[in-house]
Amino acid sequence: MGIHHRISRRDFCRTGAAAVATAALPLPAFAQVAPRVVVIGGGFGGASCARTLKQIDPKLQVTLVEQSKTFTACPFSNNVIAGLRGIEAQQFGYDKVAASGVTVAAQAATAVDATARTVGLADGISLPYDRLVLSPGVDLRFDALQGYDEAAAAKMPHAWKAGEQTLLLRKQLEAMEDGGLVVIAAPANPYRCPPGPYERACLIAYYLKTKKPRSKLIILDAKDTFSKQRLFQNAWKELYPDMVEWVSLSQGGKVNAVDPATNTLITDFGNHTAKVANVIPPQRAGRIAMIAGAADNTGWCAIDPVTFESKSAPNIHVIGDACIAGGMPKSAFSANAQAKACARAIATLLSGGSPAAPKLINTCYSLAAPDYGISVAGVYQPKNGLLADVEGAGGVSPADAPRDFRAREAEYAQNWFATITAEVFG
Amino acid sequence: MKALRVAIAAAAVTAWHQPLLAASDPPPGAVSCSGCHSTGTASSSIPRLYGRDAGDTAKAMAGFRDGSLPATVMNRIAKGFTDEESRAIAAWLAAQK
Repeated sequence: MGIHHRISRRDFCRTGAAAVATAALPLPAFAQVAPRVVVIGGGFGGASCARTLKQIDPKLQVTLVEQSKTFTACPFSNNVIAGLRGIEAQQFGYDKVAASGVTVAAQAATAVDATARTVGLADGISLPYDRLVLSPGVDLRFDALQGYDEAAAAKMPHAWKAGEQTLLLRKQLEAMEDGGLVVIAAPANPYRCPPGPYERACLIAYYLKTKKPRSKLIILDAKDTFSKQRLFQNAWKELYPDMVEWVSLSQGGKVNAVDPATNTLITDFGNHTAKVANVIPPQRAGRIAMIAGAADNTGWCAIDPVTFESKSAPNIHVIGDACIAGGMPKSAFSANAQAKACARAIATLLSGGSPAAPKLINTCYSLAAPDYGISVAGVYQPKNGLLADVEGAGGVSPADAPRDFRAREAEYAQNWFATITAEVFG
Repeated sequence: MKALRVAIAAAAVTAWHQPLLAASDPPPGAVSCSGCHSTGTASSSIPRLYGRDAGDTAKAMAGFRDGSLPATVMNRIAKGFTDEESRAIAAWLAAQK
């Protein structure tokens, strides 16, 4: 494995340097040692950040730690669930990331020593860093809904991390007979991809309408409002009348417990037994953020809005779904935009400068049908220690737009996915 | 040993200089554009912005902002930037290959 070779050689060099230092060689001998940045997590945030760092300064030593050899993207995975797209279209490797000069360590990061500035990998290797970037995405909380643990997820898929779970939900929908009940349980805020459950409802309804038109879909929601709400509700009325029902928190939509043996979702107001149950549980920052001391008692990571440096763990930066980014939603676009801003800030810090306040953009498309796109956009800047919406900017697609407008947004959604995945992995 | 390593790392970082960085520093907001606007081959209906005439980009942003240029999403994004910010972004984008 290339990584072992490179790291052991680096370790050797470091030992050599220490020995030389003991012999009191003048300091300038070390001036050529490039700063080391370790990035944990190879998704839209981490892979973008690693590549941008190398782009800004090819001499930086950048290591991307990512356990999986293949990344399976969440955006557009609802199309896979609806049978509109193969899972292969969601999958990307790290060859081009490695070819851009980033050392890719296909290992799990299991430890962070913020004082010694080292990351421990599952195979025992220790990676020293000057700056660490955490982009671990989310962990699903298998302790939040009574009865919903990892074993239950094999019966009642969350499909909130793309891959096997996506395919499982797809298979269950295919196997369901016409007239069946599909239930989606949506969590309270904050969670990955705020409009995701509602796009999923649309695209599953699209599949049902086409193939199993007597079926029904109920969304049991732990909240009373949601992203792009009016647009989604209009689309349900317009495209899937009498098929989609949304049950809000105040109508008794919050799922408290599940029974995987009977595929039952339990709320304060009653039980719903589904043919297909998609349970999206509450979430928190990926586990390594907790290990590194970067997550607070909410389970998420407070950051400086200029540098993305953790408010509790110095020299550790957190980007993407795991961080508390104020007004910025947990989206792939946000993670990518944050990654590029964070990389700039880190390069500036490493060269002794002080990073300028960034401005960030988020654009997030959802599909109500393959040719019916809607979007939310926002512009953000640091304000009162958070990333705040720039007033007067952003917002959702117009409620009264004609169908050709929706068709154009659906096309832009496709183009966005092609462009962003090419920037990150291509 | 650990303390020595940290000292060496600190010395290495302090001695690190990057004169190139300041010259190519993108203005606030500029690096977000490539989330949708490809920096590679423009194969989609979303135009490539790298290398594009700065005047054209700034003019389009002004049009999106005041509503004279119809758009699906750029009207919402352009309102987050002043004319001066847009012109700085446009100039940086024009200078990229």
